[in-house]
Amino acid sequence: MASNQKNMTPQQKNYQTLQQKHELKRPVLKNCVKAFLVGGLICMIGQAVSYFYIYNFNFTEQSVGNPTVATMVFFSMLLTGFGVYDHIGQFAGAGSAVPVTGFGNSVISAAIEHRTEGFVLGVGGNMFKLAGAVILFGVFSAFVVALIKTLLVMWGVL
Amino acid sequence: MLAMFFWAFVIGGLICVVGQLLFDVAKLTPGHTMSLLVVIGAVLDGFGLYEPLVDFAGAGATIPITSFGNSLVHGALQDAKAHGIIGVLTGMFQVTSSGISAAIIFGFIGALIFKPKG
Amino acid sequence: MLKGQQSWVFENRPMITATGVTGGPFEANGNLADDFDLLYEDLWMGKESYEKAHRLLLEEAIKVALEKGKIQKEQVQFLFAGDLINQITPTSFAARTMQIPYFGLFGACSTSMEGLALSSFVVNYKGADYVLTGASSHNSAVEKQFRYPTEYGGQKPPTAQWTITGAGVALVEPNKPDKQYPITTSATIGKVIDMGLSDPFNMGGAMAPAAVDTIVAHFRDLKLDPSYYDLIVTGDLGRVGHETAFELLGKNGLKLERGQFKDCGLLIYKEDQPVQAGGSGAGCSATVLYGHLLNELKKGTYKRILVVATGALLSPLSFQQKESIPCIAHAVAIEMNGEKR
Repeated sequence: MASNQKNMTPQQKNYQTLQQKHELKRPVLKNCVKAFLVGGLICMIGQAVSYFYIYNFNFTEQSVGNPTVATMVFFSMLLTGFGVYDHIGQFAGAGSAVPVTGFGNSVISAAIEHRTEGFVLGVGGNMFKLAGAVILFGVFSAFVVALIKTLLVMWGVL
Repeated sequence: MLAMFFWAFVIGGLICVVGQLLFDVAKLTPGHTMSLLVVIGAVLDGFGLYEPLVDFAGAGATIPITSFGNSLVHGALQDAKAHGIIGVLTGMFQVTSSGISAAIIFGFIGALIFKPKG
Repeated sequence: MLKGQQSWVFENRPMITATGVTGGPFEANGNLADDFDLLYEDLWMGKESYEKAHRLLLEEAIKVALEKGKIQKEQVQFLFAGDLINQITPTSFAARTMQIPYFGLFGACSTSMEGLALSSFVVNYKGADYVLTGASSHNSAVEKQFRYPTEYGGQKPPTAQWTITGAGVALVEPNKPDKQYPITTSATIGKVIDMGLSDPFNMGGAMAPAAVDTIVAHFRDLKLDPSYYDLIVTGDLGRVGHETAFELLGKNGLKLERGQFKDCGLLIYKEDQPVQAGGSGAGCSATVLYGHLLNELKKGTYKRILVVATGALLSPLSFQQKESIPCIAHAVAIEMNGEKR
């Protein structure tokens, strides 16, 4: 947004002030309420899925995370493939992007989109366009955190 | 059980609100926001704060993307306990594989059977 | 003839004798559906990719223009056209189909007037008997390239605009004194203007200064004042850019009437369509001008119009590299043949 603020000329600064007046403002409160409701709902569905697996498939509270997440991603594949997830996303914003269904949607929508470029270069080459950053930073930050904690434990600090 | 549903709703909803504020107030892109949330999840587990949240809110803590960071750290620490420092590298994907594998597999299946609707 | 710093006057009054306007499903549900020659029910248009459908839009628009102009494509000397896709491939591939000597243009969403200005100049100085010019865009192909996959659940802010799916093409010929067709009388070529805005979801705000700069230059070069035109219409400034431009024009000493100043992006869709701040895209100004506005001109609703197409010259890479958005606007003045000066 204001990426090169320090290099703005007075003319540019004046224009930006003028433009700000007419810029349609994001309805932050409304968006937060919608995000809260949809995000909460998706998590509740996840909770129901978890209980389903615990009571029917011998999973425990500790191990049920895996099948639950896989199931939620399956749901997001259906919603994405049927052209529904983008409408949910426009409505809910972070409410549908933050849950793991959003992660699934980012991979699946990219895969579906680039099918026209073939499966290897198109689908394979573009699938992680959006999700790559999450995987990169997730793995790397976990590495750093785990490394620091392990070293601290090894040296008797923790 | 009912209480768990309630807290899953509230905590899950609140984490999404944090994401929405990062979108609308901090004007971050979805890529930046999700990356930040994953890192936060990892750091919180480093301080031992994420697991209690999972016990308390169930899916409200395991469904948001923050739980990826949590699981990755968990897997790394588990293996580090068993195998020493190299466990930090080897342990990570043992616990999180389902989310990423599911996304890859269902992504490919999706590309096979679906066409974008525009 | 050169007039002033950056404008041309077309004394030989080149004529737009035929147009072809095609559109997609969103435009079929829009405000100006009746002014389209051909409307498609879905975004694939029977093709295997969005990019191929994009090409089809332009090819069909060209065919309609040729039909209405009662000439064959072999009689056309030049094609001046462009679009938003990388390396303007849809337009180039359509030019391959048409086999007309081809000037590929890139002015982002200002391409339509860039093409009309150049075509008018060439015809004015007897450089061609027939020239085709146009611009096109396809919503899904543009989203795929510039923003996110079309099924991605991202949330567009209220300042975002909706790229139209459509192509607008015009056939430009030398003047035929007794015929009642629209003619181009002058054009002003814009400079690249950058006011430091960098949000790709607010192009209107970034493009408004370019529109104002070109409009100011036009009135200065031609020594006219705004009352000369019944309508000054911008390409795709949308709600944000249009309001900003109106105020900025006032600050530059050009007091326009509200009813005199319109925007193609705001004309093309209905209030209840989910387009946030309005329509945009290279096809926006082309389809609205070559369809609706020229129809209105022929009906007599307007006598003299100034069309100012606006373009944002960014790329997905430039955004990632934290560059701001440079913009440009080109203006062409159109009136009916036989109109008294």
